[in-house]
Amino acid sequence: MERVFIQGNEAVGEAALTAGCHAFFGYPITPQNETFEWFAQKFPKMGRAFVQAQSEVGAINMVYGAAATGKRVITSTSGPGWGLMQEGIANLCAAELPCVIVLVQRGGTPGAPSVQHAQADYLSATRGGGGSGYRNIVLAPASVQETYDLVQLAFYLADKYRNPVVILSDALIGHLMEPLELRELKFDSLPEKEWAVRGKGQQNDKIRRYVTFAAVVQGREPYPTMMSFAKHWYDKVEKMKSEVRVEMTRMDDCKLWVVAYGYTARVSKEAVNEARAQGSKVGFICPITLWPFPEKAISEAIEKGAEKFLVIEDNIDGQMIEDVRNASQGKAEVHHLGLFARHLPTPAGMILPHTVFEEMKRLL
Amino acid sequence: MTQKVLVSGNPRLWNRSVGRYPYCPGCQHPLMERLLAEVIDELGIEDRAIGVTGVGCHARLCMPLDIDVVQVIHGRAADAATGIKHALDGKPIVFTIQGDGDCASIGSEGFLGASHRCERISIFMLNNTNYGTTGGQMGPTTLMGQKTTSTPEGRTESHGYPLHVPELVATMRGVCYAARGALTTAAQYQQTKKFIRKALKRQMDDVGMTFVEVLVACPANWRLKPVESLKWIQEEVIKEFPLGEFKDVDRT
Repeated sequence: MERVFIQGNEAVGEAALTAGCHAFFGYPITPQNETFEWFAQKFPKMGRAFVQAQSEVGAINMVYGAAATGKRVITSTSGPGWGLMQEGIANLCAAELPCVIVLVQRGGTPGAPSVQHAQADYLSATRGGGGSGYRNIVLAPASVQETYDLVQLAFYLADKYRNPVVILSDALIGHLMEPLELRELKFDSLPEKEWAVRGKGQQNDKIRRYVTFAAVVQGREPYPTMMSFAKHWYDKVEKMKSEVRVEMTRMDDCKLWVVAYGYTARVSKEAVNEARAQGSKVGFICPITLWPFPEKAISEAIEKGAEKFLVIEDNIDGQMIEDVRNASQGKAEVHHLGLFARHLPTPAGMILPHTVFEEMKRLL
Repeated sequence: MTQKVLVSGNPRLWNRSVGRYPYCPGCQHPLMERLLAEVIDELGIEDRAIGVTGVGCHARLCMPLDIDVVQVIHGRAADAATGIKHALDGKPIVFTIQGDGDCASIGSEGFLGASHRCERISIFMLNNTNYGTTGGQMGPTTLMGQKTTSTPEGRTESHGYPLHVPELVATMRGVCYAARGALTTAAQYQQTKKFIRKALKRQMDDVGMTFVEVLVACPANWRLKPVESLKWIQEEVIKEFPLGEFKDVDRT
């Protein structure tokens, strides 16, 4: 198996290639430029599409058009560009068009604007900022290999549910360089995209296709009424909720459990291992899917005796902590360690393993 | 090559039984449906033509056309058309149908981006000088002095001035064809049809972006009878928006 030494942002490109992605549309923004440039350098030479859009608004609607043709398509952005894409993402969901959107988080929360790392887009990514109500599966890698694997999974899940899938990375995971095994993941086979537009002459049945977000309004099959579409939508979201993925290292009698994703998961893992080496019983939960959130992992931990959860996320007032609190249903204390715990009071400051270690000690 | 010309009856690709019929009396959008159905048939591109519509009265204009269609949200048709064209490796003939608000106001970054990138798509903008679907507010092409629901005293300098899109995109190197037509007489219908055909032909020849604006009547929101509306286009709208070709080159 081929092994390469690349950064997380480039692993996105390699994974897209492995997954048979045909088109990339994007707009320059730090800290995801290596992804954008990877596609610019590789895709045109391979006869695949790369377009530098006039804005992220343009990019996400180019994704809409490309997704309507049934080809696998991807875009990549960071916080401000993510904001501009919200309308388009809501529309992709409404039209049931599959695509992969990579969001490499950067600073930008009030008080901490920077193009360096942060984890401040959790709520926006998992709840969605566009109108009319929709859901996206959100996958969070914590290494270069995971970035590569989860982007492949994202393409599969997007096609399976005909829905956009979001990869929530961050500037540190994006710029982290690690050895990567270029392994193609195997997934179940998917049905043909018989709904896609290709030009009527390219359709097997030579019957025209009509891709629209307004299927209900037009009263057409297969959802002739608002309620029939609503039922279909509800069932689909319920199925998407079964796609929970979580890394959970359990120990019996753990009173304290650390919960973290992305770069702080890497940091926390080191701290947890150190604590265990010193004889402390600490559990660790690393959600891979942020939506659907692994609520069962939290309730299972409580059944095993958890009394406190420590959520490590590099933002000001806590975002994922809301999901942990919700899942713990008041049966355990939930603590947050965030941006104020950085080793430097600057955009370059990080939450380091020994800081997490000290906080665990304090709570134990 | 002999050209097929429809002498009587409805065009083959114009299936008006599809969907509910959404237009007001005297609206000229159905005429544009018919025109497109004729041109697509005449050019022999029904198997690879893909229409893209946005949101507005024009949104259902591709519904009765027997070709593949994509509908996108308000203002984003040029972007979606760009995505389709690239994803299918440049093979389809992709055109958008947009209103003046959809294209030239909320969608202005879309058509400007497509123009300067020299996208091989055709943008067809129907100009009825107002936002028809939402009840007749001022559009980017509303005439000076024209009363709308958001310019109750008539459009004045304080609202800015009407936007001339074909003239604008004609200045851009990525655009190889820009024209404006109308549909108030049989002669104008034939002229507009020639413009649309030329725009699609230039795209088939892979030359560059093409743009055609078409002046259309909106009697319901103009508070005029259908025939008065046509007269108003002839006497007032054409004065602001002259008909003709503004650019026609065979290489960018």
